[in-house]
Amino acid sequence: MPRSLPETDVVIVGMGAAGGVAALPLTNAGLKVVGLEAGGWLNPRDFAPDELRNNDRNWPQTIQKAASEAPTVRANPSETAVQGGHPMMNAVGGTSMHYWAQSWRLNPWDFKVVSSTLARYGRGRIPEDSTVEDWPISYEDLEPFYDKVEYTVGVSGRAGNVQGVINSAGNIFEGQRRREYPMQPLRSSPFTDLMSSAAAKMDWHPFQGPAAITTEVYDGRPPCQYHGFCNKGGCHIQAKSSTAFSTIPKAIDTGNLDIVTFARVTEIRTDVSGKVTGVEYLKGNEIFFQPAQVVLIASYAYENVRLLLLSKSSAFPNGLANNSDQVGKHYMSHHQGSPVAALFPEDLHNWYGLPAQGVALDDWADDNFDHSGLEFIGGANLWVHTDRKPIGAAKMDTFGEAPSWGKDWKAFIARNADRSNTSYIQKTTLPYLNNYLDLDPSVKDSIGLPVTRITARYRENELRIADFAQDKMEEWYRAAGATHVLRFGLGNAMGATTHAYGGTRMGDSPDTNVADRWGFCHEAPNLGILGASLMGTSGSRNPTLTVQALAWRTAEHLVSNWRSRTA
Amino acid sequence: MKNPNKNNPPQPFPADPSRRTLLKGAGLAGAVAVSASSAGVVVATESQSLGNNSAPALEALETLTAAEAEVLEAICDCLIPSDESGPGAKEARAAHYIDRSLASHNRDSRAHYLQSLTALNEQSQKNYGATFENVARDKQVTLIEALQNDQIPGCLPSSRGFFALVRDHTIDGTFCDPYYGGNRDFIGWDMLQYPGIRLSASETDVKQGSALSPNHQSAYDNATYTKMAANTTKGQGGSRNA
Repeated sequence: MPRSLPETDVVIVGMGAAGGVAALPLTNAGLKVVGLEAGGWLNPRDFAPDELRNNDRNWPQTIQKAASEAPTVRANPSETAVQGGHPMMNAVGGTSMHYWAQSWRLNPWDFKVVSSTLARYGRGRIPEDSTVEDWPISYEDLEPFYDKVEYTVGVSGRAGNVQGVINSAGNIFEGQRRREYPMQPLRSSPFTDLMSSAAAKMDWHPFQGPAAITTEVYDGRPPCQYHGFCNKGGCHIQAKSSTAFSTIPKAIDTGNLDIVTFARVTEIRTDVSGKVTGVEYLKGNEIFFQPAQVVLIASYAYENVRLLLLSKSSAFPNGLANNSDQVGKHYMSHHQGSPVAALFPEDLHNWYGLPAQGVALDDWADDNFDHSGLEFIGGANLWVHTDRKPIGAAKMDTFGEAPSWGKDWKAFIARNADRSNTSYIQKTTLPYLNNYLDLDPSVKDSIGLPVTRITARYRENELRIADFAQDKMEEWYRAAGATHVLRFGLGNAMGATTHAYGGTRMGDSPDTNVADRWGFCHEAPNLGILGASLMGTSGSRNPTLTVQALAWRTAEHLVSNWRSRTA
Repeated sequence: MKNPNKNNPPQPFPADPSRRTLLKGAGLAGAVAVSASSAGVVVATESQSLGNNSAPALEALETLTAAEAEVLEAICDCLIPSDESGPGAKEARAAHYIDRSLASHNRDSRAHYLQSLTALNEQSQKNYGATFENVARDKQVTLIEALQNDQIPGCLPSSRGFFALVRDHTIDGTFCDPYYGGNRDFIGWDMLQYPGIRLSASETDVKQGSALSPNHQSAYDNATYTKMAANTTKGQGGSRNA
């Protein structure tokens, strides 16, 4: 029998980017919160600038819970899914420890894909087998929460639209924001200057992207020192605004947050009426039951879905909040693949760059351009950044100019180590019938529970965007003086990714959505969901800030509706 | 404590990160290069071999046999050769790195090396009547091309697969932080004109880029990243006083 613990107001499953944000408004309002985290505490002394350890060997996520339950993947329902890796990590702060820290707001179009497309292009432009819906909320509804997160977590950037005033140094395509970013953007570099001026010459609109990285002393944390080891490495000076260094310490300071580390949540319990009563978790080899008035699940998209499907009861025989068979549906992974790489005739000065220090182009994203003559909707955000490290440089493609080893190879990499660059192109992905998450019928995790199975592939719309975006990216590189450009494959199966969406979609109709417009389950009103599993469209940019804004909004809703949510 | 199974959040980092961490970062370059515990071993090894421009002293082998190590070193020498432009993987001690990594992170590859190095030697014996490290360079190159083209029988996971593995590991051993036993004397980083890890890079540093003079430091020469330091304090969380 599990050991039953004293009841708490709220349990949050996962103290990462989402749970770590939601904890703050809850604890500020005086609610007692228990945060269950599958990982442990890390601190800046752990974040060595060590490319082999961080990037090649994937420290520290390789040995963690997430890795032991990595999803299986297949493109089509007729195939047997194969287990791959898991890109996320467990820790207090979660993947906000080692992410790139790009902190975008979605564009207004992303919230209203169906109605906007219909209004601008008429019927027939949404792919027939897509299950896409408008979000139940608009950009304007989320704007106050984007603002709160940007200021509380600490995001640097340049606004492109403050209350209708357009600044071409920022993203002119963004939705209207109430005020400027709290900090100026990360500095430019010789490479970003080169790319920016090439884009400007083509009358495109380059700008420096937003990052959850400090550029001045902010909230007691020092500014970024540009040592460049953000990618899969945490920040040794806490300049990266991980929730572990921003919202979580503040929530702990209220005295209302207790974090339990290395807690592996295995089930959410419900009573016969279908009300959620708490969660069961394993710590060491002991099982605990943590009763709570409200449960918020804030693990990653794959794990949110899995936890619901594993939590079967008499009220929910097919998994919690799944009586309408919507858990796991409307899954999308961002189409982050199919990059373009370029070789330049001069050094790019990228040895001390970071993945969030770069130049973005939104000209070809979302509905920022006319799709009348095109056979797709949506688009891509083009991103070039300055991250360059020696092992990665030595493993670069040789662009057909040298063999892969020996004297000539050595001469090639010695000359070109700082002369190549690979773009990061994030593309709109739509949800489709037959793209979904469920439990794998045979593959189990280390404690014998089935892992998540991904069944998903990119469709024509995604592949056409990829092709189109690669054309634009190639044009941009060539305009900046690249002598060689390589385009990589467009992809097929949607493997496990750091940008996974859907599975517990948010929407007004309980027939097609797991969560309501506030992020609480239609079928279980005291069960809330945090994370990109709520999102019904992918956008064409990193999801974390949207996830955090939604988490803050859900938490505020809970505070103001405590009585009805816990009735 | 109402809940005995909670961990206290240990946050053993400096009280005022905006000052202390930066001060540390700024003062690191010269001050603490000798204090790092594990790195100290490496530093000692390096300083021994630094004074000797001939072949570096051979380290003890952790996983490979002496015969395997000789083949491996010859492979590394072919993949990233020493030439008029400078030293290569052999001088960077990539084989030493690989030997050590096969006892730790790359332990799953140990059987691949065991079988494939022998297979390569057998092919060399068959074709040229001598083990791989004892045939002329052009013959070694021919054998590695055969390995890459999936033509050496008896390899694991396959001839081509082992080529990819040993190439990958040779690059790791040549360009990794010297802490791991390769990239001796920063041979790999100098080859790429990578000026080295800097905890803080100014705009001027970035503009200089590859022209910046290399600082030849391991990440672990910085006390910031030594894990076993005694001056840690445990707090209850909260960023301002943690």
